[in-house]
Amino acid sequence: MRSTVAALLSKELTLEWRTRESVPAMVLFSIATYVVFHFGLDRDRVTGDLASGVLWVTLLFAAILGVNRLFVAEYEQGGFDGFLLAPVDRTALLVAKALTLFLFLCIVEVVAVPAFALLLLGPPLTQALPELVLVLLLANAGIAVLGTLVAGLAIQTRARDLIVPLIALPLLVPVLLAAARCATPLLQDGGAGALPADWLAILAIYDLLFALIAYAVFDFLLED
Amino acid sequence: MRGSSVFAVPDPVPALALRGAGRRYGERAALRDLTLELEAGRTLVVFGPNGAGKTTLLRMLATLLRPHAGEVSVLGHQLPDEGYAVRGRVGFLGHEALLYRELSGRENLRFHARLHRVGVQRVDEVLDAVGMTARCGDPVAELSRGMVQRLAIARAVLHEPDLLLLDEPLANLDPAAAAQVAPLIGAGSGRTRVVTSHDPAGGLRGADLALGLKGGRVALLAPAAEVDPGQIAELYR
Repeated sequence: MRSTVAALLSKELTLEWRTRESVPAMVLFSIATYVVFHFGLDRDRVTGDLASGVLWVTLLFAAILGVNRLFVAEYEQGGFDGFLLAPVDRTALLVAKALTLFLFLCIVEVVAVPAFALLLLGPPLTQALPELVLVLLLANAGIAVLGTLVAGLAIQTRARDLIVPLIALPLLVPVLLAAARCATPLLQDGGAGALPADWLAILAIYDLLFALIAYAVFDFLLED
Repeated sequence: MRGSSVFAVPDPVPALALRGAGRRYGERAALRDLTLELEAGRTLVVFGPNGAGKTTLLRMLATLLRPHAGEVSVLGHQLPDEGYAVRGRVGFLGHEALLYRELSGRENLRFHARLHRVGVQRVDEVLDAVGMTARCGDPVAELSRGMVQRLAIARAVLHEPDLLLLDEPLANLDPAAAAQVAPLIGAGSGRTRVVTSHDPAGGLRGADLALGLKGGRVALLAPAAEVDPGQIAELYR
């Protein structure tokens, strides 16, 4: 399966590099939203739970843009049929798409998180950065797996742009909640607090749970 | 002694065996009660007006659609349960090229070659065979329809399938291009073929069995040599 995932991932990254359809839109959306928060809250700086909430809600909505586009090339250009005709493990498509979304989210955050720190965040980011990166990676994994599952489900429908947020957002609430709770002490005034281990564990368990669910049901989404 | 005409024995398992096969889209039956057998190495040509069920039949044989009625056996394997054993042995050429527009022809074929575990030298072979070596680096979006069709044919035969499922394979091809791809997908390719066509004379040429569909039902099923092109024309009235 590894070589199939590598072939699919390589194709995904090449297509994104050529079309630049997903990542730039996600980055611009994130920055624009932080600007809106900056003026909407009428504050130069936010801290603690408010900062954490603003950071994660924005990243979550940006992720929805990427989820919406995840299977569009497959659907519109016959990629599903091409893949289904090959003698390969169908789970490879789930893994490759989830890895693609995970990488897209990481790239977006490389730009969006510094932009957030510049536009809104009160305390300096540097002190909390290693812990924040850990939370970002865990949340990205959850969003990527669940987003791939929802995208695979929605692409077969006519109203996929509506279906994706309607299904994905409620299912991603636990990821948002756990990620926001994890990040809150890291974004406090007066130095970063300790990372809450219980919320970090919840985030990891949720990732694992949805990875197992996606593994179990993804083949059925590809079936006629 | 393989290949000897003296000792050659026909494969006892037909390449295709359908008994009462059917397929619905919701309440509408796209294909009903289709029964036929096709020996390995033979060609079945399928005629019928738009919406007759030709594409549905091809997609069912390619494992892309599940049969909803009857029994369907492809290359000795029952569908849909043994579909995994059929995938990779079928070359499917449908109305869509199954190529990514932003990738070049070569990149598309290399991608499919990796999925089918085919060596990269085979990509160059098929590109040469369809006459696309010179333009294989161009994005598919920048190619003419005929060129895209040639690449689609290259994709369909890339993994040297046992069964070719060809939906109007010569659409968009000029006569020279059609002649160029004939060794790959024509009757001389030596593969079992199911070909849809709207050209009675051209379709019957090189075919062993002719199937006429109308409204998803079998309107004609006979050895191709016994079918008059006028009978095919009747299907379209």
